[in-house]
Amino acid sequence: MACEEWRGELDPYLDGELAPAESAPLGAHLRRCPVCAADALERVQLKRSLQRAGMRYEPSAELRSKITKMVAARSTSGIVRQWRLVLVPALVVLVAAFLLNAYLGRERSARQRVYSELADLHVATLASATPVDVVSTDRHTVKPWFQGKIPFTFNLPELTGSEFSLMGGRVAYFEQVSGAQLIYQIRKHEISVFIFPERAETSGLPSGAANSESFNTETWTQNGLRYFVIGDASPADIQALTRLLQNAT
Amino acid sequence: MRVSEDRLRAASFEDLALPLFDQLYNFARWLTQDKAEAEDLVQETYAKALRGFSSFQAGTNFRAWMYRILRNSFLNSRTGLKTTVVLDEEDGGGLLVESATPESLLIEHANREMVQQALQGLPVSFREILLLCEVEEMSYQEIAETLAIPTGTVMSRLFRARKALRGVLRERIEGGRHGV
Repeated sequence: MACEEWRGELDPYLDGELAPAESAPLGAHLRRCPVCAADALERVQLKRSLQRAGMRYEPSAELRSKITKMVAARSTSGIVRQWRLVLVPALVVLVAAFLLNAYLGRERSARQRVYSELADLHVATLASATPVDVVSTDRHTVKPWFQGKIPFTFNLPELTGSEFSLMGGRVAYFEQVSGAQLIYQIRKHEISVFIFPERAETSGLPSGAANSESFNTETWTQNGLRYFVIGDASPADIQALTRLLQNAT
Repeated sequence: MRVSEDRLRAASFEDLALPLFDQLYNFARWLTQDKAEAEDLVQETYAKALRGFSSFQAGTNFRAWMYRILRNSFLNSRTGLKTTVVLDEEDGGGLLVESATPESLLIEHANREMVQQALQGLPVSFREILLLCEVEEMSYQEIAETLAIPTGTVMSRLFRARKALRGVLRERIEGGRHGV
């Protein structure tokens, strides 16, 4: 098709009035033909400047109140007014709920992502032929092993008198940052404890227990470190391990 | 039962019509070029629309209906009667094609005031269709309903209106350059 024929379509194209079947080939032509593209650009500029120039006059406050009263006089009476008393607050609540939901949804999805990633790490570790790099039940062996491998130190709890046992540890990576992963066991349930430096992705997470993809989880911050406990053990066991870790010295 | 139905109708009229107020006023002012006349026109429009709302058919375009009332009121007003809106009537086809000349990009230099003056100088039929399309962002179908013309005519009139506006702007920019 010659440029002249495309040009006739330019205005409807820019006005969004062409069907996709027609606008796609024109769009393709515009990407190839600098002359038509320049023409299109000029038309867009004209549209834009008209849009800006066209919104020129503002009504006076008096006219606004006159019109509002005129219209309202016919409508807000009797049953409608009663309905409004109910409907308006109901709408406000609905809108607020919607906004809150959207906000929470975003928060939730960020949180969900963190937990999903950690759950994946946990599962992948247990499925691995060598789940841990340092195999030891002794915290005094495990803790020094991490030295020089991760950029922080941490304390592990004394497990004597509890049902937990330490299986070992490995270096884990969470969003390109290295941290410690410790595997604990209680009654044949494995639990991963992740320790990472606190940062933007995790700092918004509220502390506390949660349930994620059939795992029970717990998270908190301590001395600038973010702890995650995740496993298929009962919430009570997760809590118990959490308390042990929080009180570790 | 009828009464409450009427009242509910009135309530929905308020919800539909009041959000259009600012835009309708702007449009009225562009048509009349006079504050007092524009105010009268908007009041008349709302009064007529309120009375006629029962005849407004659900499912048709309310905004186009309101603009049509305003425009018809304008055409029947003092200023409107003096304005010749119906020009040589166009058919849908046969759009002339302009080629882009280098100076066409001059429009980039047109400032807001210049565009406003150019728009103000255009015949009402060009001014109104440009406003409906660019400022009100109406679809061709809505414009057709508002102006009570076929969509083919919307296209050809828009084309000519834009061409006229470009012409005026080009003249002004060139004129400005040569110190006129």
